[in-house]
Amino acid sequence: MNDKAVAAKQELLKLLDQDYNQTHDQLAHQLSVKPEQIAQWMKELEEDRILVKCQPIINWEKAGLDDVSALIEVRITPQREVGFDAIAARIYRFPEVRSLYLMSGAYDLAVTVEGTNLKEVAQFVSTKLATIDGVVSTTTHFVLKKYKEEGVIIDDEEADRRLLVTP
Amino acid sequence: MNWAERVSPLVRSIPPSGIRRFFDIVAEMKGVISLGVGEPDFVTPWHIRESCVHGLQRGYTSYTSNYGLLELREEITQMIETDYGVSYNPKCEALVTVGVSEALDLAMRAILSPGDEVLVPEPCYVSYKACVTLAGGVPVSVCCTREHEFRVTVDQLAASLTPRTKALLIGYPNNPTGAVMPREQLATIAQFADEHDLIVISDEIYANLTYDGEHTCFSALPGMRDRTILLNGFSKAYAMTGWRIGYALGNEDFIAAMTKIHQFTMLCAPITAQIAAIEALKQGRPSRERMVAEYDKRRRLMVEGFRNMGLDCFEPKGAFYVFPSIQNTGLTSLEFAEKLLQAEKVALVPGDAFGACGEGYVRCSYAASSKNLAEALDRIGRFVKPLLK
Repeated sequence: MNDKAVAAKQELLKLLDQDYNQTHDQLAHQLSVKPEQIAQWMKELEEDRILVKCQPIINWEKAGLDDVSALIEVRITPQREVGFDAIAARIYRFPEVRSLYLMSGAYDLAVTVEGTNLKEVAQFVSTKLATIDGVVSTTTHFVLKKYKEEGVIIDDEEADRRLLVTP
Repeated sequence: MNWAERVSPLVRSIPPSGIRRFFDIVAEMKGVISLGVGEPDFVTPWHIRESCVHGLQRGYTSYTSNYGLLELREEITQMIETDYGVSYNPKCEALVTVGVSEALDLAMRAILSPGDEVLVPEPCYVSYKACVTLAGGVPVSVCCTREHEFRVTVDQLAASLTPRTKALLIGYPNNPTGAVMPREQLATIAQFADEHDLIVISDEIYANLTYDGEHTCFSALPGMRDRTILLNGFSKAYAMTGWRIGYALGNEDFIAAMTKIHQFTMLCAPITAQIAAIEALKQGRPSRERMVAEYDKRRRLMVEGFRNMGLDCFEPKGAFYVFPSIQNTGLTSLEFAEKLLQAEKVALVPGDAFGACGEGYVRCSYAASSKNLAEALDRIGRFVKPLLK
């Protein structure tokens, strides 16, 4: 694929990142291409797993669902041949795990886990996570309040304060 | 006692802003999508706001030099030199003002004697003519047409020239049309100004919002530096409208004269805004470019949207307005704007608010979210359809 097409797709992704609920027509106008081209690019991006998934950011606390989430620092012993990846794969397959990153620094894996209550998360860590071969230690930090997620400020939208008509 | 009669006849002679009138109607409605806003929908980038907060914490609350903080003037002149290749002495050829509006007022008062005429190409920003009048001058409207892409031509200027013509007031990229002036065409204006010894006031507040090609700075044209009072500011490019901060650059005599008025009427621009402006110039380019890229996408959305409805829409190359013609709807600009507002709750500004020759057009700002723009286009389309048949 040529550089121009790559750049055009990156522009499309930026638009989707801002607002996924735009029609192909709207996207096409902004990028000066035909709507069919947008459909084609979206298909390709999905097939290549560049456009992985679209999901809303929800303030669950406000919605009345007080789930608990925790950030867990995990230190592991890397395995021959597969390094960190095999253990990572064993961890990320648990549906309780919301995110998993390999980190530089004092620990190896940063795992975000969600559960309906504190006990459930603690249970998961002690029975599922800590017991995996190669896991040396875990340190669990519970989230007290979410201020910002995925680049979005959760509860502090900057309202449009402009007058309705100005010169 | 009729107090109204005690108001200066000069002030009374100025008609109220067409926009103001429309604002009063809109303000009372609910659920309106407004394309009538002449300012960015972004808030000022956080790093700029943060620098102001930091400045306050450190106790920056005093007056500054009448000219403005030297550091800010140095940043301004350096940026203008880097971007356009024209250099000014930050010590005596730069004045920091309370927005371009103040700078415009100062420029007019500094150069005009009673009865002096100023050529004002229209459609244009609402305060141009008023500022000329308040300074004792006489604004002479020069009508720019769709046919010439809303650019003023030398022939038009020549036709309006009289022995009293002292200055020319231009604003490109233009509010409300989005027109820009390519270098070659500006050069013909420059030659005209030179031949007739005119002072040129060039309001370039939308310079950074130029989408196709490069903006040409008028004072960077050969021989124009000393003849030009260059006005610019932070409102549009850095989303800083409410900070009220702008500047004027020009030869030492003009700037000294303007500063004389400024020191007696304003003293200095607010120090808080000056500190934020320094941050904007030092670190603000990436956020500025992000905003401009965003406007550019919306611009295309708007132009296509209006054309698809069957309205003639000039492609704007700068600022954040489209200026579609509504002539084939059979309505006047004001009728169109009022009826659209009643029927579909979309606010835009009648073109004649920007000068008589804006009649037949409406100004739509695309400084609004893509979502609101798409919704507004749907509503306008629904409104326009039965009118076109």
